[in-house]
Amino acid sequence: MTVYSAPGTDGAIVNYESRYDHFIGGEYVPPAKGQYFANPSPVTGEDFCEVARGTAEDVEKALDAAHGAADAWGRTSTAERANILNKIADRMEANLEKLAVAEAWENGKPVRETLAADIPLAIDHFRYFAGAIRAQEGTAGEIDDDTVAYHFHEPLGVVAQIIPWNFPILMAVWKLAPALAAGNAVVLKPAEQTPASIHYLVSLIADLIPPGVLNIVNGFGVEAGKPLASSNRVAKVAFTGETTTGRLIMQYASENLIPVTLELGGKSPNIFFEDVSRLDDDFYDKSLEGFSMFALNQGEVCTCPSRALIQQSIYSDFLGAGVKRVENLKQGNPLDTDTQVGAQASNDQLEKILSYLDIGRQEGAKVLTGGARADLGGNLSGGYYVQPTIFQGNNTMRIFQEEIFGPVVSVTSFDDYADAIKIANDTLYGLGAGVWTRDINTAYRAGRAIKAGRVWTNSYHLYPAHAAFGGYKQSGIGRENHKMMLDHYQQTKNLLVSYSPKAMGFF
Amino acid sequence: MRQLRDQHGPLMFHQSGGCCDGSSPMCYLEGEFRTGKSDVLLEALKIDGVPEPITFWMSASQFELWKHTHLTVDVVRGRGSGFSLEAPEGVRFLIRSRLLTEQELAELS
Repeated sequence: MTVYSAPGTDGAIVNYESRYDHFIGGEYVPPAKGQYFANPSPVTGEDFCEVARGTAEDVEKALDAAHGAADAWGRTSTAERANILNKIADRMEANLEKLAVAEAWENGKPVRETLAADIPLAIDHFRYFAGAIRAQEGTAGEIDDDTVAYHFHEPLGVVAQIIPWNFPILMAVWKLAPALAAGNAVVLKPAEQTPASIHYLVSLIADLIPPGVLNIVNGFGVEAGKPLASSNRVAKVAFTGETTTGRLIMQYASENLIPVTLELGGKSPNIFFEDVSRLDDDFYDKSLEGFSMFALNQGEVCTCPSRALIQQSIYSDFLGAGVKRVENLKQGNPLDTDTQVGAQASNDQLEKILSYLDIGRQEGAKVLTGGARADLGGNLSGGYYVQPTIFQGNNTMRIFQEEIFGPVVSVTSFDDYADAIKIANDTLYGLGAGVWTRDINTAYRAGRAIKAGRVWTNSYHLYPAHAAFGGYKQSGIGRENHKMMLDHYQQTKNLLVSYSPKAMGFF
Repeated sequence: MRQLRDQHGPLMFHQSGGCCDGSSPMCYLEGEFRTGKSDVLLEALKIDGVPEPITFWMSASQFELWKHTHLTVDVVRGRGSGFSLEAPEGVRFLIRSRLLTEQELAELS
């Protein structure tokens, strides 16, 4: 067990600056209007730095820098870009522990997760796209004996990326790695709830990236995000967040006739067929861990398995074991490596979760464990902690239909395979799902029948590069985390070449 | 709402869904968010000191799942996200819900 010292205190392995400006053109630039906003750590609720409050003027300056850099960057060889991505990954790996602590302090998530998942995955993501871009090639189509259609990949130019607050570094890297690999210059806006950790990352890697290729403008959505997303100087917008902002970004994009990729969340079902309980073995233990995965990252995951569907024949026993498992989760100081459940990322997130605990009870759902804010005492009392909560109810309740984005699972039973699929698909969303069974035929059929972009089968919450991630239905557009994301950051150039010296004969 | 109206102009809400800041009522300049056939106008809220009603919209598919509940737009301390107008003020609009009473359901049906 290790308890890391909080950044800014004695013994800390990583410290934040007291203030962060915008990162534009390879250097830090103060906001045009000179305003800053305070950035609290959700661990204690206390401010630890201040961050530039960007406006349209700052966005324009970042776009100037990006446009100034885009052409040269787009012409670099894939080997050169891949080498830079690999160097970024190496630099991150050498500073993994510091990045992990910085991220836990910024977001409130347990450092055991940032050490084992967020940062290692981000590192691997850069390496994956370094490899993918080297291996990518165009095509040559032989139209006829004299005519060849060549297809080349070309970068889009300058792209906008708006990053969520639940995995501030990892979600930024999911977007940055393919965009940079493909040869684009980027203007990125971090979430206003978690604006600082990306700047710690930049402090480690800025010297590796040509000035203007990566630009970061901080600020509030309406003041900095909107001018960026609605700019006619970007060739694409990538956004992770919720449906109303997703629609608004599409509306802006329609005005500029540019593409978007959107990842807008879900209400992911986690289905436990009766045969999981056939033996009390490793697999049964693993399936109970799978049930408990709703508490990972305090439930602040777009694919949180927040609806557990358990077959009626095993319902009581399995759920009883699940409750016991969840009651043993260790909630505490996110900087303690033994802590499994940390703090919600912001006060408004905490308030939203509490409002769902309220409507869940009003609708008649039964609280099997948890159900309230957690006061962890000492200086953690000001932090934003919620007890891992299990509701029992039915799929028409609002807690079954809306992404609470907290450590809350809503459990119901199903009779048979058809009933399971019907309940699983009775949702507006289709991002993730889980299927647990010892029967490969059931696993395959259920996985194909669920209308969601990612069906974890006898697993959950794995996010390796090279497994496509994205949504069906209202969960969004596009697939991240896979080489196919390169297509979302590239144009296709077709050279249609005639090798015939003869006139065509029309004129 | 009076403060935001004074600063920005006529206002509207569109209720969000999905992850991150999903479930938040997003406040925009009236007309900033294009509503259409896929949306339902729940209410035009009349507020003292605001010259025109503030419209409150939700997607029709989401409304089907919410229509048995009474919604209150509250405001809490927070940071917000998305492009909602209140975020720079250090507050966040938040929906509080209760079940509609049988009498209310009868009146609405």
